[in-house]
Amino acid sequence: MIRVSQLGITFNPGTPLEKRALNGVDLTVEPGEFVTLIGSNGAGKSTLLGAVAGDVMASEGSIVIGETEVTRWPAARRAGLVARVFQDPLAGSCGTLSIEENLALAAARGRKRGLSGALPRSRRAFFKERIAELGLGLENRLEDQMGLLSGGQRQAVSLVMATLAGSDVLLLDEHTAALDPHMAAFVLELTCRFQAELKLTTLMVTHSMRQALDAGTRTVMLHEGRIVLDVKGDQRKGLGVDDLVDMFRKVRGQELEDDALLL
Amino acid sequence: MTEIAFWGAVELGLVYAFVALGVYLAFRVLDFPDLTVDGSMPLGAATSAVLLIHGVNPWLATAAAMAAGAVAGIVTATLNVRFKILHLLASILTMTALFSINLRVMGRPNVALLSEDTILTPFYGLGVPDYYVRPAFCFVLVVIAVALVAWFLRSEFGLAMRATGANPRMARAQGVRTNLQIYVGMALSNALVGLAGALFAQTNGFADVTSGVGTIVVGLAAVIVGETLLPSRLVTVALIGAVIGSVVYRIAVQLALSADVIGLKASDLNLVTAVLVAIALILPRLRKKGRAAS
Repeated sequence: MIRVSQLGITFNPGTPLEKRALNGVDLTVEPGEFVTLIGSNGAGKSTLLGAVAGDVMASEGSIVIGETEVTRWPAARRAGLVARVFQDPLAGSCGTLSIEENLALAAARGRKRGLSGALPRSRRAFFKERIAELGLGLENRLEDQMGLLSGGQRQAVSLVMATLAGSDVLLLDEHTAALDPHMAAFVLELTCRFQAELKLTTLMVTHSMRQALDAGTRTVMLHEGRIVLDVKGDQRKGLGVDDLVDMFRKVRGQELEDDALLL
Repeated sequence: MTEIAFWGAVELGLVYAFVALGVYLAFRVLDFPDLTVDGSMPLGAATSAVLLIHGVNPWLATAAAMAAGAVAGIVTATLNVRFKILHLLASILTMTALFSINLRVMGRPNVALLSEDTILTPFYGLGVPDYYVRPAFCFVLVVIAVALVAWFLRSEFGLAMRATGANPRMARAQGVRTNLQIYVGMALSNALVGLAGALFAQTNGFADVTSGVGTIVVGLAAVIVGETLLPSRLVTVALIGAVIGSVVYRIAVQLALSADVIGLKASDLNLVTAVLVAIALILPRLRKKGRAAS
């Protein structure tokens, strides 16, 4: 479960560059719920995700993950509770380390790291099995450098990495945005599969209205640091991309010049 | 080059192999350009020499030199991590401070070890010439150090250290306390350099406050030569490469200095080193450009 209460975040407070990124956001994501998060540029989507992950510290309000209040915890300390996949395929893994070394890093997430070997044989076999599930043929390339993989392959491996340590919360920051359409569809399908299998409490930021409605069980729209739309169940089923775009226009109080930007 | 000069070069290469291992940890693993080395090498030499003169057990004196080096590394790491001073500048500050500290430790610019027992004393006079004993002894220590560092870097903690250097944001997202990794890595790196200083003092019989000048360039030269001779992404191979690089570099310098035709003097050493490192850094770029053009 994720419970965000009265969350406010101000960047550069007290300077001419002061920016109110989030303004009293209340959001509770139930265990196993899959929320898609949309909003225009600067609406605060990534800031909200960053606040849950611990990259951005809350100026006011509180954040609870599972049963634990983590408002003041730095990112590394929250890592045991939260798995993440970034937008940039290069950001979520180490290009200079091998695939299996990346997996070993992720498998120890939230655990104390000691001086025992990072890649004992049994763990290697387990990684091989997990990577084989992807059906990308990467199971025979575990010793290859991560940097040799394509963006899509890297995101697929990053998703596996996110599921290795057994945490319940998954944060996805436009993780398909940098991929070609074919690979994006594959990674999204993989996301939905893992989410369903492991019943992960998921928060996914996306720019694509289509994706926001197709994936997940609930859709939240942010605008200027506030939640302006929160739909699930039957109400959400009846929504189309056009409805979302209309709502976007309404909250912005102006006609968007190019709908294509949102689709 | 005489046989004695050759083994002398090998010995010096093996002593500086510890610097190369330390530089590899800082520059390559942590991606932390650390110039503290120029101060922590003579710090190790000074600490061990002074303790030896006071009759301390040579192994204990050597361990103290490593500890002193580790503290120097932690000071640099603190300036960078805790107080956000640019890593390069933080290390230059520590290096500058260490010059004065080294003078304080020794009480004078240099200390000679004439009759004091060193860690090598038990191995002298066993019928083997001293100029074999010294490199053999250093070689054994280097093998142990490489094995330990390789084991460390392949452990879960070491893997987290490599991730800290390669992609700190990702490392934090995986729960790695990157600040702690930098402290430990810098301490380890400079402890190895302190050990190099202690060995230098005990094999050469003196500690000198100026002996640290250019240490970082020599260490970097060894790492780069090693990477050229043994290109591999496996850490163990890279560590062995750094050791081989250090020895090859010393032999190359010895050859250059002993070839009278070139007319180089011992005092040209730092110039030769800097030019060699610059060439080693420029060559791969030129090669890449050549490939792109063809």
